[in-house]
Amino acid sequence: MRVDMTVNGERRQADDVWEGESLLYVLRERLGLPGSKNACEQGECGSCSVYLDGEVVCACLVAAGQAAGREVVTVEGLADDAGDTEASVSAGLHPVQQAFLDAGAVQCGFCTPGLVVAVHDLLARNPSPDDAEIREALAGNLCRCTGYESILVAVRDAAGRLR
Amino acid sequence: MSAGEAPTTVRRDGGVGTDASRPDGTLKVTGEFAYGSDLWMDDMLWGVTLRSPHPHARIRSVDVGLALAVPGVFAVLTADDVPGELYYGLEIADQPVLAKDKVLYQGEPVALVAADHPETARRACARIVVDYDVLEPVTDARTALGHGTNSPSEDLHPEDPPVVENSREAALLRPEGNQIRHLKIRKGDVEAAAAAADVVVSGEYEVGMQDQAFLGPESGLAVPAEDGGVDLFVSTQWLHVDQQQICRALGLPPEKVRLTLAGVGGAFGGREDLSMHAHACLLALRTGKPVKMSYNREESFFGHVHRHPARLHYEHGFTRDGDLLFVRARIWLDGGAYASSSAAVVGNAGLMGVGPYVVPNVRMDCWGAYTNNPPCGAMRGFGAVQAAFAYESQMDKGAAALGMDPVEVRVRNAMREGSVAPTGQVVDSAAPVAELLRRLQAMPMPAPPHDGFHDADLTAMPGGVSNTTHGEGVRRGVGWAVGYKNIGFSEGFDDFSTARVRLEMTGGEPTVTVHTAAAEVGQGLVTVQQQIARTELGVDRVVVAPADTAVGSGGSTSASRQTYVTGGAVQEACRRVRSAVLARAGRDDWADVRDDLAAVLGDEAVEETVIWRHRPTEAVDPDTGQGNAHVQYAFAAHRAVVDVDVELGLVKVVEMACTQDVGRAINPLAVVGQIHGGSAQGMGLAVMEEVVVTDGIIRNPSFTDYLIPTILDMPPMQVEVLELPDPHAPYGLRGVGEPPTVSSGPAVLAAIRDATGQFLTRVPVRPEDITHP
Repeated sequence: MRVDMTVNGERRQADDVWEGESLLYVLRERLGLPGSKNACEQGECGSCSVYLDGEVVCACLVAAGQAAGREVVTVEGLADDAGDTEASVSAGLHPVQQAFLDAGAVQCGFCTPGLVVAVHDLLARNPSPDDAEIREALAGNLCRCTGYESILVAVRDAAGRLR
Repeated sequence: MSAGEAPTTVRRDGGVGTDASRPDGTLKVTGEFAYGSDLWMDDMLWGVTLRSPHPHARIRSVDVGLALAVPGVFAVLTADDVPGELYYGLEIADQPVLAKDKVLYQGEPVALVAADHPETARRACARIVVDYDVLEPVTDARTALGHGTNSPSEDLHPEDPPVVENSREAALLRPEGNQIRHLKIRKGDVEAAAAAADVVVSGEYEVGMQDQAFLGPESGLAVPAEDGGVDLFVSTQWLHVDQQQICRALGLPPEKVRLTLAGVGGAFGGREDLSMHAHACLLALRTGKPVKMSYNREESFFGHVHRHPARLHYEHGFTRDGDLLFVRARIWLDGGAYASSSAAVVGNAGLMGVGPYVVPNVRMDCWGAYTNNPPCGAMRGFGAVQAAFAYESQMDKGAAALGMDPVEVRVRNAMREGSVAPTGQVVDSAAPVAELLRRLQAMPMPAPPHDGFHDADLTAMPGGVSNTTHGEGVRRGVGWAVGYKNIGFSEGFDDFSTARVRLEMTGGEPTVTVHTAAAEVGQGLVTVQQQIARTELGVDRVVVAPADTAVGSGGSTSASRQTYVTGGAVQEACRRVRSAVLARAGRDDWADVRDDLAAVLGDEAVEETVIWRHRPTEAVDPDTGQGNAHVQYAFAAHRAVVDVDVELGLVKVVEMACTQDVGRAINPLAVVGQIHGGSAQGMGLAVMEEVVVTDGIIRNPSFTDYLIPTILDMPPMQVEVLELPDPHAPYGLRGVGEPPTVSSGPAVLAAIRDATGQFLTRVPVRPEDITHP
């Protein structure tokens, strides 16, 4: 089948999509956007988190056909809405991304794209989360490298940068 | 060797000792970093593996006809299609590339399919007909060895498989039946000490099977080349040992099997062994097309080795003042169906089996056994983790019997510089066991439970938002543990790394390129390489070339060894470049020459390649375990605070505190990150992580059923890093990655015991272990 959707602000089309393919597969293998990661492909790890019409979803749990005609934003598209980023943020990065780098919240990095999307969403809803709120919001994103301490530092820092 | 010298050039921003940023960081936060599973080529095929559903069976026949007939399928391969040696292995070549005649564990690869879509390949796989004669599996390590049973079990590897050249234990291994290795330590006179001891405590302990659970699946892309060879881009831990094994399987020389590291989404030991490497190459060479393989999570549980489950029997004897007189111990590690690195894990568990204590009399027996359980091998902590649960439990039991504080018993018996290990090896650099514990004691305790728990946030409660308690039945406990781990490969292994460093002017600026084959798996080795080059050469712009087999081996990214060994190689290569440039300039002041490099170098590059070794180690005596087996030890200690709902058996870890000596923190931010992550993995083993295997079948191969700590499970941590330089190591550094995984779990277990008053003997602690002991 053919699937049309808006991805990171652009109209995109995928042809010859098998009905069983997930949104994640289409993004990664057909649209050249492998930033959303395939760590569990069963909705447990959050590594494939993307926005679908403004809601964060696990792209592995969304059938490609369900995304037809809808708007998808992936980690590759986040820096585009960074707006007037402050001087401490490198060109092409969103403040959340910069905060992850500065805090040492990136080791192997496989969970990072999903976490960046989840934190982006959290801070849009709650600009000043306390630690309990951060933990609750990120409970669906597994990280095996960092023990999460530096991720908490990154979220607090990103919240400060964005306020 | 440049032992312990201070850096001779000025410390620069981004040099050794700074929180330099990762060179791959920007790509990782934007999603552009290419992991093995992200690789893609026009016209590539997808490879899929058919695995055995049985833990033990004879294969009567394999019929691939129906699979080959599926449109879109390009190849179906079985053991008969392996052109080279069928058997491979890290230390013993006992594992078939594809099963022939028999399968020895559930999930063993039997056949491969390449097709133009992964679903096509999976459907074709399902149409392969394998006729199995199902056999009774051997599922207990002690039974497999004939220990404590009347009926010795069937030998799973009746013929001695060859020990491979790169074996860590080549001289020691004499496989007898299902025994992979028997490590013995005989030190002092244990019988006399037992007669003299005032207080003797004994215990039987059990450690479950843990999974590395790296998030990036096993994956890679094999591309057939015009010379009849193959280029493999793969997520792995040691390119050159992969290359050796793939060459054997393909029957090709190394120059025709070229490996490049693809991005690695975590490793933790689980990528030491081959997974899809040889399979993708076989399919690519057969089809003449690029072939990508990428496991899903379920397959990943079958696609790599796990941490050995263990049973441990210990007896400790003390004087009435609390001095340790003897330890008598027997450890059984279940190696599963194939040896992998079991022999070295047995060595570690036994050689570090009494913990970082001075024990004059030791009798240790540690066995690794073949069974029909999933193969076990390397995981962060590598044998030292299992032993630590037992010896730290024993120290607590001893303290209780002596009426002493658990920290005081540990401090009293603590190993220190100059102490003699159970192997007879003198500890010849800092061993601050007592200091780590004292500093831990001085760290502030977390706030006591607020108002008898009743106002607390539910997420802070055992059971969390399941709303199982508002504080009723909740008890707080505190536990202490200390552990140690050998750094680098031990027991006489020729452990080296290769670094190529080039200095040249590019765009008017001096540029250093560092090229090694050492695998960056997330730990930050790429950053460390840049930092060392900046410090040694005083040049800001340092490029780390992709790791590949075009340069010599970097050794394995394991045993917490890369900063030490590849770091040592990069340091030495930089110093040779510096000498060569000084000679060319006819000057002797590097600071001067560095500011004048454009004139000195012109458009030429200066390049040096160095093979660097740490101090040699020795094999231990096979009868007594005596010998200088290790190059360096690293120590960490933990304090854990837990709240336990004793009615439901639910545990909430409230806080962990860690002290660790790292010799010299090359990148303090990355060091603390290693301590956080390593502590989390140890905690996971204590309270939640277990690959549940019954009758040889894995019952929970998913992240739904195999639980790793989430951000709600992981407590806040306090970390204090000591830097007591090791004069034998580059910059005085000590390996960092593994020690926190050794001591965090035992501290959590001790805290749960303190909260419940029950002497729990098994990890992970399950709710029923607390409610129905």
